[in-house]
Order: sequence, then C-alpha cells, then structure tokens
Amino acid sequence: MIGVGDLAISRRGVLASGTAAIAITSLPAGAQEPMPGKPPATMPVAFEVNGKGVELTLDTRTTLLDALREHLKLTGTKKGCDHGQCGACTVLVNGQRINSCLSLALQHHGDKVTTIEGLGTPDKLHPMQAAFIKHDGYQCGYCTPGQICSAVAVLEEIKAGVPSHVQGDITARPKAGNLEMRERMSGNLCRCGAYSNIADAMADVAGVRA
Amino acid sequence: MKSFTYERPKTPAEAAAAVASTQGAKFLAGGTNLLDLMKLEIETPTHLVDVQDIGLDRIEATNGGGIRIGALVTNTALAADKRVREDYGVLSRAIVAGASGQLRNKATTAGNLIQRTRCPYFYDTNMACNKRKPGSGCSAIGGFSRPLGVIGTSDACIATYPGDMAVALRVLDASVATVKADGTTRTIPIADFHRLPGDTPHIDNVLERGELITHVDLPRPLGGKHFYHKVRDRASYAFALVSVAAVIGRDGTTRVAFGGMAPKPWRVEAAEPALREDRAAAMAKIFAGARPTEENKFKIPLAERALASVTAQARS
Repeated sequence: MIGVGDLAISRRGVLASGTAAIAITSLPAGAQEPMPGKPPATMPVAFEVNGKGVELTLDTRTTLLDALREHLKLTGTKKGCDHGQCGACTVLVNGQRINSCLSLALQHHGDKVTTIEGLGTPDKLHPMQAAFIKHDGYQCGYCTPGQICSAVAVLEEIKAGVPSHVQGDITARPKAGNLEMRERMSGNLCRCGAYSNIADAMADVAGVRA
Repeated sequence: MKSFTYERPKTPAEAAAAVASTQGAKFLAGGTNLLDLMKLEIETPTHLVDVQDIGLDRIEATNGGGIRIGALVTNTALAADKRVREDYGVLSRAIVAGASGQLRNKATTAGNLIQRTRCPYFYDTNMACNKRKPGSGCSAIGGFSRPLGVIGTSDACIATYPGDMAVALRVLDASVATVKADGTTRTIPIADFHRLPGDTPHIDNVLERGELITHVDLPRPLGGKHFYHKVRDRASYAFALVSVAAVIGRDGTTRVAFGGMAPKPWRVEAAEPALREDRAAAMAKIFAGARPTEENKFKIPLAERALASVTAQARS
C-alpha cells in the first residue's frame, strides 16, 4: 500500500528534477564524447557557507551564485538578471553584501558566505525575515532573499557610518530613515513594487519610523 | 563565457609579470565590470590574474600632506574613509553617486578607473562597434545617442567614460601610480590617463599590457566646498547624463570637471578663472569644439545649469 507520505512531492522537487532533465539534454556533445581542443579549466576552492566549510572543484567560470545554487543546492539565493543589475543574487561575504552573480566562486577561497538560508530558519526567523512577513514586504517573493540579505547589510552599513548619496553632510554619521533606506536599497529591484512595505520592514527592525 | 585559467599571485610585481607573460591574460580585481563583459563575450581573457592577495588595500597619509589610496581599496571603503569625507568630499560624493551598495562593496579604486564604457552599442554584440571590434564601424553615430558623448569624440566612436569617481579625481589633480612587469614604476596624471578615441577607440587608457595600477595619489587638500551633482534618468543607480564635480573656494574660485560628456572626465583649467565673472563665456570655452548629436545636444545647456545649481549652493 502506498502511504500519503510516499506521494508527497514539493514544488521544489518537481523543479529540481525538471531542471536536471533539461541539463542533461542540453549538455554539449563534448561533455559526453571527447572533442578536439582542451577541456574547460577546473580548480579546487574552499570556503564557508552558513557556518559550514565546503570544498568544491569547479569550472573556473562558475560564479559564486552558480556554486551556491547548482553545486551546493542552496536555491534560496536567486538568479535574476545575472548581470548585477537586479540584486536578486545578493549574499553576504565576510559580512558585506555583494552581487554573487558578478563574482567567481574562485575569488571566494577562504571567505565566509552567508545566504538567506543562513540568516534564519522557518522556526527561528531572522528579525528582518519576520519584519518582511509582518509588513508584507513582497508579493511573488522572487527578489525577497536578495532584498532581505541587502536590508540586513544596509542597517549594518548605516551603523558603521558608510555614507550615502542622500546625506546632506557627507561628514556626518548617517541615520536610518526612509530616504536613506530607499537610496541604499536601489540595487535591489522588485517588479511587484513592494518597496514601501520593504522600507517599513527595515524601519521596524532599525527601530525608527518609516 | 570562454574558458580561462586562473591564478592568485602574492605581490604586485608577480601579478604584472603574470599578465605580461601570458597572451590574453587580464587582471581581475572586484570583477564587477569584467565578469559582466565576459558573460557577454565582449571580454574573452584566456587567463585571469586575481590580484586580491597582493596588498594595496590601504589608504595612507603621504609626506606631502596628501593621501595615497591603494589600488584595491573598495569604493565603499574609500567613500567612507574619514579623511576622504572631510578633506576630499567631492570624491566621497562622486563614489556614493555611482552604482549600488553591493557593487561598491566589491568594486575597487583601480578597477573603477579602467571600467569600460556603457554605450549600448558596445554591449550589443549584434551591432557594429569600433571599441569592441576595431574597424567594424560605429552604430551609435546616427543611432540612439542620447546618453553618449558630445566632446572629445571622433568619427570612429562617441562613447563616454561612464564613471563618477574619476571625475572627482580630475578636479583633485590625482595621479595614478603603476608598476610594469620589469618592475619599473611610473606616475600618470589623471588628466593623461584616459585616452580620446581618435581612430583607435578600442584603447581606453594609456596603460601598457601587464602594467598594473598600484595606487592613486591625492595632493594636499584644497579646502573649499565640495560638490558632486549628478543628473540622471533615475534618482539612484543610473549612469550620469551629465555630472559636475566642483571645488569652490570662499572667494568663488572654481575647479570643475564634467562627467557623462566625453570619453574622459572633461576639465578645461584655462576656462576656470572666467567662471566667476561670466559663466556662459567660460562654459563656451570648456565645450568649444563640441560635436553633439541631435539627441544629446541637450547635455551642453544641462551641464551649464547643473554647474549653476552647484555655484548657487556654494554661495548659500
């Protein structure tokens, strides 16, 4: 007899197996049979992701984003434009936010990477994750992991005194306010237009009025 | 992306030698521009020399009363540095007017200087572009030219230098220090660093193959009020249509460089003394010989108005 549990499938599982099937059929002929010319260069790399050490041997072309998603199966980090324009791929490296699509995995040998999976869990949300839920800071959710990673880093940058374009006095310490949040989040696009709720969520975490 | 090999040398000299000795090699610093272009196969290096382990990541005071900025100081670190914010405010302001927080965390001082144009025809590999493919023609001339150059351009190329940081460096009389593969060093005034296109628009700057930027030097602080006024299609995270970097003294003496207008930060020192008495005449001198297109001729009056806005703020 087949139990309900045996039939349980998740959207993620369907997507993952579908992607795998496509990946196999789209491999270039050279991946199965020897082709003239040199094979793509590969190199080993070791870094820490969400507190765990990982070691991979990768095609040198692999971006940090693809290493996270395709090799480590950490699919929380999203690929949007793949050109550093949308911010969906934002992760924290050694505490600083970067576009993981515009960085080779090899550049991160020895680094500490934090993805949305490392910020909080469904049982123990990061305060920013909880605030995004409370303030409805998303609709489709695709940009949300990048928005949250960026938002966490923005509040740290303000605390550290990193200046911004909207400061009247560039020598003054910046303060977390609506204009500051919006300026500093301009590298994260949301096509659903949840911006005002994202700013509310950030203000809540920062303990200021939006 | 084309396949490439990769290494991480430990010293500037090793890095310069590695690029000089390998055909098709390039330096990799933050990678925010290079990787973008590699994905589009506009850049196709066969070997990358990642310079992140060679030091050059500090800002130091110089004996002359200025500062020496390491090539690998990130845009964020440079803009946030206390000395830079207090004594070279135009530089902090220019940096935070560009890109996004994520990009500024990764982008470096040297990489910012040698970033490539954002001309849409340079990026579209289906179109002719003399900068991307020498001799193929220029689709921008007679095409969509609104964001492109009005002066210093040529019949082969009307692309602009896209950055903000270098426009501020130009008013500050910065210089660029380099090391070559044979260990020799040289200092290049920022005014001479970026090239005008002429009939070789594929060469953006005067660096030789394997020549590595090690520092950017700033002379002693100028004092005065510092401004970076950037006019663009969005309030944030967009390249400049026109930008104005200005340092204005208490007596009204003005240094000014313009971004978004030319293949390099545009400054004409000889016109600056006249700015106090007759701005229109001085601006005519600064943009003498301009060859704008129908679509981008608005940039010249816009530049004058942007400067007027800045000088009004300086007086207030």
